[in-house]
Amino acid sequence: MLLRHTTAKEIDRKALTINPAKTCQPIGAMYAALGFHGCLPHSHGSQGCCAYHRSALSRHFREPIMAGTSSFSEGSSVFGGQANLVQAIDTMFTVYNPEVIAVHTTCLSETIGDDMLAIISKADEDGCIPKGKSVIYCNTPSYVGTHVTGYSNMVTSFVKNFATATPKKRNVINLVAGWMEPSDMAEIKRLAKVMEARTLMFPDMTGVLDAPLDGHYKMYPKGGTTLEEMKLSGDSKFTIGLGPMTTEAACIQMDNKCKVKFEVIDIPIGFKATDRFLMSLSRHANVPIPEELSDERGQLIDLISDSARHLYGKRVALWGDPDTLVPLTEFLVSMDMKPVYIVSGTASKYFDEKMPVILKDIPEAKFMCGERADMFRMHQWIKQEGVDLLIGNTYGKYIARDEDTPFVRFGFPIADRPGHNYFPKTGYKGAANLLTQMVDAMLDKFDRVCDEEKVEFQM
Amino acid sequence: MRKIAIYGKGGIGKSTTTQNTVAGLAEMGKKVMVVGCDPKADSTRLLLHGLAQKTVLDTLRDEGEDIDLDDVMKQGFGNTNCVESGGPEPGVGCAGRGIITSINLLEQLGAYDDDKHLDYVFYDVLGDVVCGGFAMPIRDGKAQEVYIVCSGEMMAMYAANNICKSIAKFGKVGTVRLGGLICNSRKVDNEANMIEEFAKKLGTQMIHFVPRDNMVQHAEINRKTVIDHAPTHAQADEYRALAKKINDNQMFVIPTPLAMQELEDLLIGFGIMN
Repeated sequence: MLLRHTTAKEIDRKALTINPAKTCQPIGAMYAALGFHGCLPHSHGSQGCCAYHRSALSRHFREPIMAGTSSFSEGSSVFGGQANLVQAIDTMFTVYNPEVIAVHTTCLSETIGDDMLAIISKADEDGCIPKGKSVIYCNTPSYVGTHVTGYSNMVTSFVKNFATATPKKRNVINLVAGWMEPSDMAEIKRLAKVMEARTLMFPDMTGVLDAPLDGHYKMYPKGGTTLEEMKLSGDSKFTIGLGPMTTEAACIQMDNKCKVKFEVIDIPIGFKATDRFLMSLSRHANVPIPEELSDERGQLIDLISDSARHLYGKRVALWGDPDTLVPLTEFLVSMDMKPVYIVSGTASKYFDEKMPVILKDIPEAKFMCGERADMFRMHQWIKQEGVDLLIGNTYGKYIARDEDTPFVRFGFPIADRPGHNYFPKTGYKGAANLLTQMVDAMLDKFDRVCDEEKVEFQM
Repeated sequence: MRKIAIYGKGGIGKSTTTQNTVAGLAEMGKKVMVVGCDPKADSTRLLLHGLAQKTVLDTLRDEGEDIDLDDVMKQGFGNTNCVESGGPEPGVGCAGRGIITSINLLEQLGAYDDDKHLDYVFYDVLGDVVCGGFAMPIRDGKAQEVYIVCSGEMMAMYAANNICKSIAKFGKVGTVRLGGLICNSRKVDNEANMIEEFAKKLGTQMIHFVPRDNMVQHAEINRKTVIDHAPTHAQADEYRALAKKINDNQMFVIPTPLAMQELEDLLIGFGIMN
């Protein structure tokens, strides 16, 4: 028993978090920055921060993650990080030649109060920023918010620094991608393409964190939203934000700066959320939803009905980020499953408002977000009454093993299974993919542990 | 070795009082080290006859951690050892962290070692205890005695009361104690009586009342302490007296800071009496 100290009895905790269901802001900022073509993320702080954030992303995507660091020393902590960052900017443009350096701060540089705007201006004055290149920043103190906040802050910073409104409007819909996999983004872009809607997605990790292995290392893979596209995004006629926690701030920034109206909807996980996405895109891009997509939906419904007897009433525990948990929970409920335990380390009004509505017919459901909503608490709930399925990131594998519960990996980070960046969980196809994984996991366990006379060829 | 930290409101005269008192102790034959904990690095100016030395942090920045003690410690009046921590330029970086770095470095370099035969170390700390860094001199058994320089002005007393709060906090877990209030007179009405009463309420003493005298300014203009500049002047004797009282002091307490209302009542009480 790896987690043998977990007890079923919950004790009211005021301060302690055990195995948090979250990580720190800069990881989100670094991930978001990688969704822009030719961008080199830079961590303004000590080397350890940067090393951890890079490795966390590398372990998840199994791709090299490049990022610079200001390498704070004792001296930088006292005198401020200006000298180091100016030097770093100079070095990075000279040696690695990115289009843009996206700087995010760390706890240390935030606490000593480094003035990022002043430092970047100084780098510019000193001629460290070549013509046509940019350095942008966002503040990511980790004692505020979580990785989700960092993602949102960086995306917002790209809008703030690049989106530009000109008198020439374009018949394009901005799609602001919330925190999801490159595969999820690719699927959303495919849906838009099938609908013949002109869209512009940012950030866009496709072609970056799912890049092919062709024997040639590319510092800046061919994917990612280009800065030219980012400038044009200010002329789009509408913005759809996918995932309130990770995109709403960017949408508001776009509206304030470029007067592009917006709508923030759920990440399209499951058929209901996908329906809403397609209808929103159809309405705002003024294009019909083609039969091809209706057929995909029909296939998903067919798969759900074929699997209904395996899904009905199954108790599920989930953990992750509000933006994915909300539509995922809705998807499970729509298939008559019972998502009974849900935790997210990210405090979220969105989560708090949506979950009671989605779970109104499941009175036994427990859900919680914020600092005390940790993996320990989730495990305690499971100890009180078990579940049939776990859905969440790799940090759940210990619970899955101890409780001998089927486990589907979903979210960030997934460090022990491949493929999540190639096979989507969004759209009808993604929902089918997710559903298949869930049923497989549960039936695999049944086949393994059931009495011999219960083994059936047909299930 | 007695380690003493001097705190007090900004501009109250901490550095001037410290250096004049240190001059008095030096004259008594004591071996004293002064550690200036102020980014302005002006805590040893009178002892060194000018802003004569490179700060610990400047040296750290320019030369890395491979520093020689002689690079940052200079001999001043009466063979006092003078060190300035220094710090970042105003509005940048973290001065609090600077003090922590600097004191740790001084310890590593052996500034406090027995071969220095120190009788006293004085930490002259800027202003209020605004953050953890500025409390460094009274943490971890560094300074054991604190003297607060104040006057009969409202804000000076308010600051002194705040400093007492942090001494009370650190005193509970550590060895730091309040040695007394030094009243650096601003010629406020009834000043000595009020500070004596204030000290009593804090559970401490007014260790000395330093009268206001222009000789202090004259000495400062000449970059000297009064004892150095005008050894026979009455003001020099005041500092000698303060030095002696500190040398003989036996009263070390964990202070009992006042509530804001109590402090205001005190001021009103003594204000109305006049």
